[in-house]
Formats: sequence, structure tokens, C-alpha cells
Amino acid sequence: MKLVVVTDATVPAELPAVARSLAGRDEPVEAVTFGGAGTETGDLARVLGGHGVGRLHVARHALLDDYAPEAWGNALAAVIDRLGPSGVLASAGDRGAEVLAHAAARADLPLATDCVRLAGDEDGTWHVTRTRSGGVLLEDAELRAPVTLATIAPAVEVPQVPLQPAGECEVVESAVDVPPELARTRVVEHVASETGLSLATAPVVVSGGRGVGGAEGFAVLEELAERLGGVVGCSRVATNNGWRPHRDQVGLTGTKIAADLYIACGISGATQHWVGCMDSAVILAINTDPEAPMMQRATYAVEGDVHEVLPAVLAEIRRRAEEPAVAESVERQV
Amino acid sequence: MDIVVCIKRVPAFGAQVPLTDDGSAVDTRHLGFTIGPHEECAVEEAVRLVSAHGGRVTVLTVGPEEAGEQLRYALAMGAHRGVLVDTGTTDLDPEATATAVLAGLADEPEPDLLLFGDASADAGHGQVAIRVALARGLPVVGGITGMDADAGGGLRATRETPAGTEVFRVPMPAAVTVKEGLNLPRYPTLPGRLKAKKAELRTVSCAPEPGGLRTVGLRRPADDRAGAVPLGRGAAAAPAVVDILAELGKV
Ligand SMILES: Cc1cc2nc3c(=O)[nH]c(=O)nc-3n(C[C@H](O)[C@H](O)[C@H](O)COP(=O)(O)OP(=O)(O)OC[C@H]3O[C@@H](n4cnc5c(N)ncnc54)[C@H](O)[C@@H]3O)c2cc1C
Ligand SMILES: Nc1ncnc2c1ncn2[C@@H]1O[C@H](COP(=O)(O)O)[C@@H](O)[C@H]1O
Repeated sequence: MKLVVVTDATVPAELPAVARSLAGRDEPVEAVTFGGAGTETGDLARVLGGHGVGRLHVARHALLDDYAPEAWGNALAAVIDRLGPSGVLASAGDRGAEVLAHAAARADLPLATDCVRLAGDEDGTWHVTRTRSGGVLLEDAELRAPVTLATIAPAVEVPQVPLQPAGECEVVESAVDVPPELARTRVVEHVASETGLSLATAPVVVSGGRGVGGAEGFAVLEELAERLGGVVGCSRVATNNGWRPHRDQVGLTGTKIAADLYIACGISGATQHWVGCMDSAVILAINTDPEAPMMQRATYAVEGDVHEVLPAVLAEIRRRAEEPAVAESVERQV
Repeated sequence: MDIVVCIKRVPAFGAQVPLTDDGSAVDTRHLGFTIGPHEECAVEEAVRLVSAHGGRVTVLTVGPEEAGEQLRYALAMGAHRGVLVDTGTTDLDPEATATAVLAGLADEPEPDLLLFGDASADAGHGQVAIRVALARGLPVVGGITGMDADAGGGLRATRETPAGTEVFRVPMPAAVTVKEGLNLPRYPTLPGRLKAKKAELRTVSCAPEPGGLRTVGLRRPADDRAGAVPLGRGAAAAPAVVDILAELGKV
């Protein structure tokens, strides 16, 4: 059996698909999720059924009703022990990675995280490719264990395997023991985030680095971002200099974005920054140095001082915004 | 409050990542080394907590002898002691690294707080801390970007998720993995550096058994981006830029 671990209300489609591709012909793909006494699983079973998953095990215990990494990991280790799957997969999101790491530690098993490719061998060895340093490097590795544990990155290659008929997914209640002391690492409070555009999801990000020159220098980036319906981002140099808060930082240790348009102003394009913005559809670099890596890798490049280029761009946007009105009034006079 | 911070020596590369000819590792002959940003924040937080509550900060690293350089950097930031677990290399699998960290902790008094980075900057397995914490019977919370010691000897720790902030209240002793953004790490001062240079490091030798994940080789992903299209220079490029913005439907 291949077991997929569901840590949120949603299941990324690639998770069961990859599990299916790794499973032998007659090997079932099943799923496990966590819940308290009264936690409802909503339409999870229906969604999983659509992905060819035949069974959803609900590991239940009063301590599992809210996110509790140690307790969830402990419960997963117990489920692994009970069901004896040959492999266990979770998404490489914060929760999936954390719960699997806890289960791996408890079950004394190795774990391969952030995998983009997985393939099995006859002798049970998995050949995995995992991303390193945010995707700048790929690591080929062998995973050898009685139960192979891996988390899969969003960019995983999904092998084309025929889906099992989208049958019913049976829900199996599965009470688990959780040592009471594990209550020590439960979430005790949730504070909802402010609504509005966030760096991670904004369609446009206007980002500044050392070349912006200081905190005040970001005013013109703010203005452009607002004009384009986006938000301001920055490089680690801007964060470290105290020009911008860390929540604005794009990159390996900041936020990874995939905007429609990324405008990199005075940012050299170090790998650790690049991995944070490289999934954007269009990248425009503005830099005094035409040799800067960002100027080579971007879609479009403007050579120049950010404090000359951006004001000129804003002026041009305003000019064009007024233009049709001018054209119309000319028409009316005629 | 006694705090141990685990830091890892990692190569500092720029726009290109050089690999050895056989692809087995990053070619570090022409690179400097650093500690990851998450771990820098962990050191900073430890130094702040100890200056507020008293105690001492020990930094621990697993690697070659040269990793003493990273310990000294942390000492220059204000840590008090350094422990080098000499394994000859940082290229260990996460189970082996955890074993080596545990070997380094074995003769240390139990700290109130064991701090880690959320993930190491190069390998990024995201599991060494959890393995170490479990082996030591410590509670562990991960990905923390806010923390405070509370009066009852516990720790209030927060982490950001797309849905909002999650709050944990954890009894100490505990292990915590932190993320960059927790604080703004200081730059070491010159007197700090001089003092760190002379500091004594405790060295422990360790040859951990390999775990079940074996690195076969590293490679660079294919980069299929064509070179950038130049739009011109300075203010004169503005019309071309706005054409693109219009094409993308942004203005
Ligand atoms: C483990 C690790 C993780 C990291 N994580 C991140 C991360 O998440 N995000 C991140 O950004 N960095 C990260 N870094 C840091 C990264 O390596 C670079 O140091 C950083 O991205 C450089 O920022 P920068 O481009 O603003 O500065 P620089 O590299 O100094 O580049 C400044 C650029 O501005 C240009 N310039 C100067 N003046 C002007 C002007 N007037 N107009 C236009 N252009 C001008 C220059 O030509 C230059 O290209 C990380 C590093 C490590 C080791
Ligand atoms: N070689 C090492 N020496 C000391 N600490 C380490 C080492 N490798 C990893 N760690 C610690 O464990 C954390 C997570 O590492 P990883 O599991 O590799 O992502 C790091 O941020 C460090 O705090």
C-alpha cells in the first residue's frame, strides 16, 4: 500500500497521482488524515475517490482536533505501524514536511524532502531527485528503508498513469493513542491574517534591492506597485539594512512568488533571490549594470538608474492615461 | 537561561553555483562560507534572550575543523561558547547529522532552549531538529518567527501561515526551529571579533553511521529562459516599458 498524508482540507492533485505511479499494479493507494472527536472530513473522501484513492483513514483522538505537529506525527507513526504501507507521501508544505519529519523520527526511518522526481526499484530502493537551496540545485539520491517516506514539491513531475476508476472512497475511522504530554505543542490560538494583497499571491510585484539606496527610495516603487495593482517586494540586502520588513523579502529565506509580472529594481540577481522570483511569468530588470545576472536572466532589461527610470515610467503611464481623454475631446471639437 | 544554537557551515555562492567535475558536491575552492540566515536569527535571538534573562549561549556545529570559523562568527555576535563536532564534513545525511549533534550535546548540561534553523541553507532537509528533539525527549515547534519567554518558565512561539498566525505555548526545556524575520541579526563588532578569535572551542570527534538517504550527485536544473530583451537605457526606455505593461494589461 502507498499511503498519502492529508494535512489540510485540500489535497493537491499531484499527491495521489505520484503515489499511484509508484504503486505496483495491485497495490492500493490509501490516504490518512487527522481529526478530533467531532472533526468532519467534509468532501475529502469524494475528492480522494476522484483521484483513485480507495480508502481514507481518519486518525482520531481528542488531541488531534487542531494542528499539533508532535501529536500528528505520533499518530502517523502509529498508523504506519498498523497499516504497514511500503511508502508514505505528503506535500512539501509546512505541515506535510513537519508531520512527516515527526513520523520519520518516531518510526526511526529516513525521509527525503522536497522531491521533484521519484521512481521505485524492484528491490524497494527509491531513486529520488530533491531540490536544494530553493531549486538552484537538484540532488539525486537513493532512499533505502523498509517504509519509504518522502515529501513532494509542487514542481514534481507527475508521471502519466491511468487513473483507477473514480470509485467510492471508503472512510475508515481509526482511533489512535496519543500520549497526553504531546498536548504541549498544540496550536493554542489562531490569529487570522489581514486580508488584502499579499506578496505571495499579488499579480504584480515591484521589488527593490541595494540599488534603491535607502528606505525613502522605495516611495517610487510603492507608487508604481499601487498603479499596477501590485505590492512591493525586496531583496535580503534591503531587509538586512532595515529598509523593508522581512515579510517583503523575496527569495530562498523570504517568500517564493509566481507573479504575472516581477519588476526587479537595483537587484543583482543572486541565486538565493532568483529562486524566489524565477517562477514569475514576466520579469523586468532595471539595473545600472548590464552584466548583473538579473539583467541576463530577466525577460526584459532596462539599463539605468532606478530613480531615473521609474519616475519616467510613472510619467509615461500618467501621460497615456490622459491621452484618450485628449483624443476624445479633439474628436468632439471636430 | 542556557541556550544551545545549532549552526551549519555552508558555502556562500552568488549567481552561479560551481559544481565539482563529478557533480558530487558544490565546488568550494573559490567560495567563502557562512551560516544560513535562519540560523543567524537563531543566534541573535539567543543572545537577546540571555542578555534579558541571564545565562549563556553555546553554539554547536557539525562539520570539518574549518567550521570553527562559523562558531567564531557566532561568538563575535555575542555567543559565549563553541562546540565543534568534528565529522570531517558537513555532507552527512540528516540521520547522521542528528546523531552527531546528539554526540555534541551528550556532555553538555541540559539547556533550557535548543535552537535550530528552520532548514539548513544548503541541504534543507528540515528534519535534523525534530530528530534531535525527539531523541532528547524535548517538545519541538518549527518555523517560528516570534518568541517570548513567559513568566511561568514557558515559551510563547508564533508562526506565520497563509491563513494567519498560529500561537504555541511550550514548556521549557524545549527545542525551537526559527525562520529569518524573527529579528534583525546584528553585525559582529570588531572587539567581538577579536574576542572570538581567541576563544577556546570544545571539540568532539564523531563518525556517525550513515542513515537511509544517500546523495548520489548534484546537478543544475535546465534553464530554459532565453536572454533578456533590452528595452533601452535610462528614462528613454519608459515608453517601451509602458508598452509591455499595456500588453500585459497592467495599465
Ligand atoms: C543561505 C542564503 C539565503 C539567502 N536568501 C536570500 C533571499 O531570500 N532573498 C534575497 O534577496 N537574498 C538572499 N540571500 C542574499 C543574496 O545572496 C544576495 O546577497 C542578495 O540577494 C543581494 O541583494 P541585492 O541584489 O539587493 O544587492 P547586490 O547584490 O549588492 O546588488 C545590487 C544591484 O543594484 C544595482 N544598482 C546599484 N545602484 C543602482 C541604481 N541606482 N539603479 C539601479 N541599479 C542599481 C547594482 O548594479 C547591483 O546589481 C541569501 C543568501 C544566503 C547565503
Ligand atoms: N552540520 C550541522 N551542524 C549543526 N547544526 C546543523 C547541521 N546541519 C543541520 N543543522 C541544524 O538543523 C537545522 C535543520 O537542518 P536540515 O534538517 O538539514 O534542514 C539547521 O538549520 C541547523 O540548525
